[in-house]
Amino acid sequence: MRIGTLALAALGTAALAAPAAAQVSDNVVKIGILNDQSGVYADFGGKWSYDAARMAVEDFGGTVLGKPVQVVTADHQNKPDIASNIARQWYDTEQVDAIMELTTSSVALAVQGVSKEKKRINIVTGAATTDLTGKQCSPYGFHWAYDTRSLAVGTGGAMVAQGGDSWFFLTADYAFGYSLESETGNYVKSKGGRVLGSVRHPLSATDYSSFLLQAQSSGAKVIGMANAGLDTSNAIKQAAEFGIVQGGQRLAALLFTLSEVNGLGLQSAQGLVLTEGWYWDQSDENRAFAARFEKRNNGRKPNMIHVGTYSAVSQYLKAIQKAGTDQTEAVAKALHEMPVQDVFAKNGKVLPNGRMAYDMYLFEVKKPSESKGPWDLYKQLAKVPGDEAFAKPAESGCPLVQ
Amino acid sequence: MAGVTDTAAESRPPGLARLGFWMALVALALLVVAPFAIYPVFLMKILCFALFACAFNLLVGYVGLLSFGHAAFFGGAAYFTAHSVKVWGLTPEIGLLIGVAGAAGLGLVVGFLAIRRQGIYFSMITLALSQMFFFVCLQAPFTHGEDGIQGVPRGRLFGIVSLDDPLAMYFTVLVIFVAGVLAIWRIVNSPFGNILKAIRENEPRAISLGYRVDRYKLGAFVMSAALAGLAGGTKALVFQLATLTDVQWQMSGEVILMTLLGGIGTMAGPVVGAALVVTLQNYLSAVGIPVNVLIGAIFIVCVLLFRRGIVGEAVHLLSRRAR
Repeated sequence: MRIGTLALAALGTAALAAPAAAQVSDNVVKIGILNDQSGVYADFGGKWSYDAARMAVEDFGGTVLGKPVQVVTADHQNKPDIASNIARQWYDTEQVDAIMELTTSSVALAVQGVSKEKKRINIVTGAATTDLTGKQCSPYGFHWAYDTRSLAVGTGGAMVAQGGDSWFFLTADYAFGYSLESETGNYVKSKGGRVLGSVRHPLSATDYSSFLLQAQSSGAKVIGMANAGLDTSNAIKQAAEFGIVQGGQRLAALLFTLSEVNGLGLQSAQGLVLTEGWYWDQSDENRAFAARFEKRNNGRKPNMIHVGTYSAVSQYLKAIQKAGTDQTEAVAKALHEMPVQDVFAKNGKVLPNGRMAYDMYLFEVKKPSESKGPWDLYKQLAKVPGDEAFAKPAESGCPLVQ
Repeated sequence: MAGVTDTAAESRPPGLARLGFWMALVALALLVVAPFAIYPVFLMKILCFALFACAFNLLVGYVGLLSFGHAAFFGGAAYFTAHSVKVWGLTPEIGLLIGVAGAAGLGLVVGFLAIRRQGIYFSMITLALSQMFFFVCLQAPFTHGEDGIQGVPRGRLFGIVSLDDPLAMYFTVLVIFVAGVLAIWRIVNSPFGNILKAIRENEPRAISLGYRVDRYKLGAFVMSAALAGLAGGTKALVFQLATLTDVQWQMSGEVILMTLLGGIGTMAGPVVGAALVVTLQNYLSAVGIPVNVLIGAIFIVCVLLFRRGIVGEAVHLLSRRAR
């Protein structure tokens, strides 16, 4: 093919011209940020992830091994076929070296498949499925921020330790909901808690009253919401109308982030418990980072997806520096070996199945009276150590580590 | 639909039919050389959606039945093909046949129930049944819920040609597309097709002439579903995945949009419409404008200014000039 010959020719010239110098293909390192920028997850990651990636490149100095670093972005509109098409095109014709972010599980799995086939690196921060580092793991695929297992362990395990030992689940009626419910339920039981029951609601339901009444009358101390996005938001809003939190029960959202809490408002979300991997008000370093991010993005604080993308991009550039090349195998090896030590993760380490294990945190959403400003939303309840939060590689089901 | 479906196709002067033939030949020649200039996966995607839109147009353009549930056949076949190729290890052509058969079976059930009603009620029944199918796909274990069936092997066509080669895959898709469009052309330009058009224009008259209208409608519905399934199965092989996106009601809306933009009731219209929508979705994704907003705006402009669609309007202009 035409492109193949071109690439060969380029390789040939590069090899002739600079045999001893550091090897960067096409004289540029290109990183693609592929996520949802117009649909339901536009707030979750969206164009702010793209800006976080650019910030990482700027902080790195804009070049690696003397070659410029570029960030490109595209909106996959939550459609795996569009994502797969863009990913192939980026790899084949636009010299993109790595694709990151990848919100939505179906998209992340599809792009990881393409990356594996084309032998390129992908780092997922925006998708939840543990299959990325389990059954469908890739030697060049990495999973950086949260996953369903760490959310289950964080919210399930840490809540029991906080006294929330009886649970009732409000579960979205499809595979994602079931897996979140069973993982959390198992963890609750293993810590000595009890699951009193569960009720399933259809995807995109608008009326939760009957489900919430069942949850309320179950007498469980914790109502776990094994759903996502708009479903969780609607359920929380209606739970506030029923006065569930005021009645002494606690609401635990299994997949919810700062951006969504901000969208919902403290009046509805107060008392909600959730697990996230980063919060801006945790330390001076985080506050300083958030302040810089805010200045570039009209006062928006970053959530764990945005900072996770920042971390993934910086670590990728560090790995290229360490490997002395942007050749995929060498960079993947460096990524596996290097500890992650940055604003996002303290002592994070990359497991052999591609999972980056780092500390997650259990947060409670503040009451309106406790909040001092627009983004002052969380108080920290507990820390979940990375070793506990993420599955051991041998248990993950990843064929690479069997 | 009678207001939108122009009868230009029937009253077309012979010179225009010849022009259409030559343009089809030129288009085919362009499609043969296109993968050497344009990215093949993108072209394959256009071809899959173009075939899907043509199959849909067979129903809306030539029988006047507006189905709002075609995603079920398109996405359903994608699941059937993906599952039979990945899990049962069948060759791609057998997988495609299973996809087509599955879609035709679904079409038989949906069509059997839906053709008993007219107009908006027909559309609503197809929508309701396709939503039922969507929830089946959401729940059924073999579809893997919202993760979808991923990593479907393309395999070897007839056990010989490896479809992992992009060009081999492209020409396979092109052959499927051309065969599908020829089939539709043959159906439309047959005595059967003439009766379909008669039903579209005046159903009571077709009944009074002694035709069993329901059987003709059901036949057309099943053919349309099977061809939509062929497109869906092919798409599953091209992208090596089958997900909920393809069975969602939005997909049913998208195919209506493609057909409407290109021109309902014309052979080339759905192809042009599909190419336009897919290109916009792909190339606008990097621009930063919300894609759906722009496509919506184009749709409004189309409905307000050129209601026959791009190709429909062109045919209308040319045939007026020829007279």
